[in-house]
Amino acid sequence: MAQGGAHAQGQQHPIKLYLVVWAWLFVLSACSYFVDYFQVQGLLRYALIVLFMLLKAGLIVAIFMHMAWERLSLVYAILVPISAVLVFVAIMVLESDYTLLSRIVFFGSGS
Amino acid sequence: MAEQAATDLRTTYTETSGLRSIASDFSSDRQAFRNVSWGKAMMWIFLLSDTFVFSCFLISYMTARMSTTVPWPNTSEVFALTIGGKSLPLILIAIMTFVLISSSGTMAMAVNFGYRRDRRKTAILMLVTALLGTTFVGMQAFEWTKLIHEGVRPWANPWGAAQFGSSFFMITGFHGTHVSIGVIFLLVIARKVWRGDFDQERRGFFTSRKGRYESVEIMGLYWHFVDLVWVFIFAFFYLW
Repeated sequence: MAQGGAHAQGQQHPIKLYLVVWAWLFVLSACSYFVDYFQVQGLLRYALIVLFMLLKAGLIVAIFMHMAWERLSLVYAILVPISAVLVFVAIMVLESDYTLLSRIVFFGSGS
Repeated sequence: MAEQAATDLRTTYTETSGLRSIASDFSSDRQAFRNVSWGKAMMWIFLLSDTFVFSCFLISYMTARMSTTVPWPNTSEVFALTIGGKSLPLILIAIMTFVLISSSGTMAMAVNFGYRRDRRKTAILMLVTALLGTTFVGMQAFEWTKLIHEGVRPWANPWGAAQFGSSFFMITGFHGTHVSIGVIFLLVIARKVWRGDFDQERRGFFTSRKGRYESVEIMGLYWHFVDLVWVFIFAFFYLW
């Protein structure tokens, strides 16, 4: 079994794999930086920033933190609670939109 | 007979995969994660709790920024540095990001050499990681000093929304603390590796448990997490 196998040998993977991931992290970071350097604006900017961010986070967690080879129950025990954070983000986006609207309506701009 | 049953049980544990492996893991009455040591499971649980703390900081920053009617400072200009008479946007943050990613690379390789029982390479790679971590904290100290000189305070800043200062010091400060603690953690484990504690199964100072090369991987999980958090801070705080 692949999952058990990686543990038996203590997460042994070729060094080349880590170097490739490292190089990709450099490339993706450079891409995020150039989004700002060339002042890409609007929806494209946010889409690119979030895309590069998620790719980097995914590479770090899957390869460097060995999650790709962990037991599925451990993976779920970690990722399911984190997905609750996304719900929290959605709630707070709605809440802050409402707060902003109230501030504009009741205080005018500048508060 | 009983031995046969035990063998059957073992086969069910080792041969299941996918959803079945989850069911057998969580219905196990001995330990939840088969083949995952307690040390690794505990580090993951700690990192999960730390994720929630960082999430709360970043979400409150997002809420403050989205709900304020006062203009938010342009981070691209605030964090620009003038090098050779040319103003480069976010250059310091970009260098800090590359330094931290490189430290994650050297850490991943240290874990690998640890499992190969190459003491020298493991310890050296961990020391390089610690050095890169220290460089990162040093650059952060420089960044803080520069902003404090420009008048940024937790309650005010010269460019607009007061919440900018509080979010900045809170988020980067908490992250910098994590990096600093990580550097200490790295030095402790690197010393153990160098001295051969994990080869001699020497008992730990606090725990009286025998050390194993897995400690390097557990240390690595913490370090990669610090890098992971920076990925989000870089995107949400500096690029947004």
